[in-house]
Amino acid sequence: MKGPQLLEKHVGILVTSAGAFFPGERAVFRGHDLHTSLKNMDWLEMYTFGITGRRFSPQQMKVLHALWAYTSYPDARLWNNRVAALAGTAHSTGCLGVAAAISVSDAKLYGRGIDMRAIEFLIRAKACVDKGEDLTALVRAELKTNRSIAGYGRPIVAADERIAPMMALIQEQGLGGGAHLKLSFEVEKILLAGRWRLHMNYAALAAALVADFGMSPQEYYFFGIPAFLAGMPPCYLDAAEKPEGVLFPLPCRMLSYEGVARRSWREGYKSNPQDFSE
Amino acid sequence: MSTESIHTRIWQEEAEPDNAFAAASCHCHGYDVYGELMVRASWIEYLFLLFRGEAPTAQQARLLEGLAIALANPGPRDAAVHAAMCGGVGGSTSASCLMAALAVGAGASGGAREVYITMEDWLSRGTDLTQWKNGLAVKPLDDPADVWPAPGHPPGFDPYGVRCTTPVMQTLTYLSSLGCGQCLAWLQANRSSLESAAGMPLAMTGVAAAALHDLGCTPAQGEMLYLLLRLPGAAVHALEQKDYGHKNFPFFRIELENDPGPAQGKSDRVEAGA
Repeated sequence: MKGPQLLEKHVGILVTSAGAFFPGERAVFRGHDLHTSLKNMDWLEMYTFGITGRRFSPQQMKVLHALWAYTSYPDARLWNNRVAALAGTAHSTGCLGVAAAISVSDAKLYGRGIDMRAIEFLIRAKACVDKGEDLTALVRAELKTNRSIAGYGRPIVAADERIAPMMALIQEQGLGGGAHLKLSFEVEKILLAGRWRLHMNYAALAAALVADFGMSPQEYYFFGIPAFLAGMPPCYLDAAEKPEGVLFPLPCRMLSYEGVARRSWREGYKSNPQDFSE
Repeated sequence: MSTESIHTRIWQEEAEPDNAFAAASCHCHGYDVYGELMVRASWIEYLFLLFRGEAPTAQQARLLEGLAIALANPGPRDAAVHAAMCGGVGGSTSASCLMAALAVGAGASGGAREVYITMEDWLSRGTDLTQWKNGLAVKPLDDPADVWPAPGHPPGFDPYGVRCTTPVMQTLTYLSSLGCGQCLAWLQANRSSLESAAGMPLAMTGVAAAALHDLGCTPAQGEMLYLLLRLPGAAVHALEQKDYGHKNFPFFRIELENDPGPAQGKSDRVEAGA
């Protein structure tokens, strides 16, 4: 079945295994009664269960919690947080500010874009190494193709302050032996030994961990959506509590104009459409 | 005092003598916005200027205006407008209604991403029919490292269409008659061949991509304009549903494939892979 016939089959009804609520009675979440079977579920556990349909061990859940917590920076200078803070200073709503801030975290330079590239590379690299391919050659090829490897190097400083506490937690939870994690450090060793001098950053570490937990790139993408969330409301609230408009105000002198010189508009068709000519 | 600055080739301001945070004059790509453009330029000319950096020719202005009318309201059946109406009917904020329309209308199925991908095709294939036919015969690429899901159909074409719809034909006919660029005219002349290669009829996204390419837009500019130009319809339909109220808005039926049935009052651990 295809074309309009396929659409016709779906008119007015949703056939799904995701879940449903039965008003006044119950709610079903991925095939389980939300208020009985899942009533004791931790929220993040439910979130990851909703994405993957799988449960993670208590040790893994601790690490998954920390993956979000350790990157929750309430610093309004960060681009995504700044959106939330600007919403605060402009007296917009918290929901609009935070939703927009999460949306802009779908970025190429950080956030979900880097997450996706990092996990895709590590999963692909591990598959190649498992087949007997040389990791150094793989790293070289990746750098030649993409000029960078997501999760390695950092724009402002080389060190990543999140790695040491995360590694300590991983060891504490007995989760330091994953194949993707080991591979991520081997990649760093190659990048540090060569002329690239690139350290691993948090994106590679996080991607390696969730790959070891069995997440696919798509599952990791959804897991990461609220990763920066905890840092956003403080940015909004702090800005909203101050006098309106004082967050990063921009005087005219801060605009550095680099465009064409001033010129005059010719008569357009707004004033006389019939006479308009090029 | 901060030495940081925002670099721009678009906008130049001079401050009021007594307030560094208020502009006395604003020039857009060299033109005085409040002193001259507001009086002499039309909205559509100004829109073109903002994106392209130059005043449009008469044909360019008419093409952008025609496209803006064609895209302004895809109607309440459109997924992006549907999303905006979901905001309106629940009394959500106006901005969230538009954000909903933008989020849904951004996609690679009928949305701005589809226009972006099609415009990339125009850049690489130009008006070479063989290249188009070869490209359309290949399944759209899935990049597992991309945040965008894989396109489900050849971009610019209608996956559920039986034949090219009347509004799409009317839009293509009118826009290609304006004589601005060559893609629209070429698309008009080769539509049947392209539809045969794609296995589906041309969609409005395909016409919009050709028009935006003829206007000299980059794929990124085209994606932005497509998002912007479709917002008016989303706005008014959201407002309208707010007035009608939720009792007049469809809620639809659901059929659960894995319903555990009424609860037995016990808590059991969900098994892996459930």
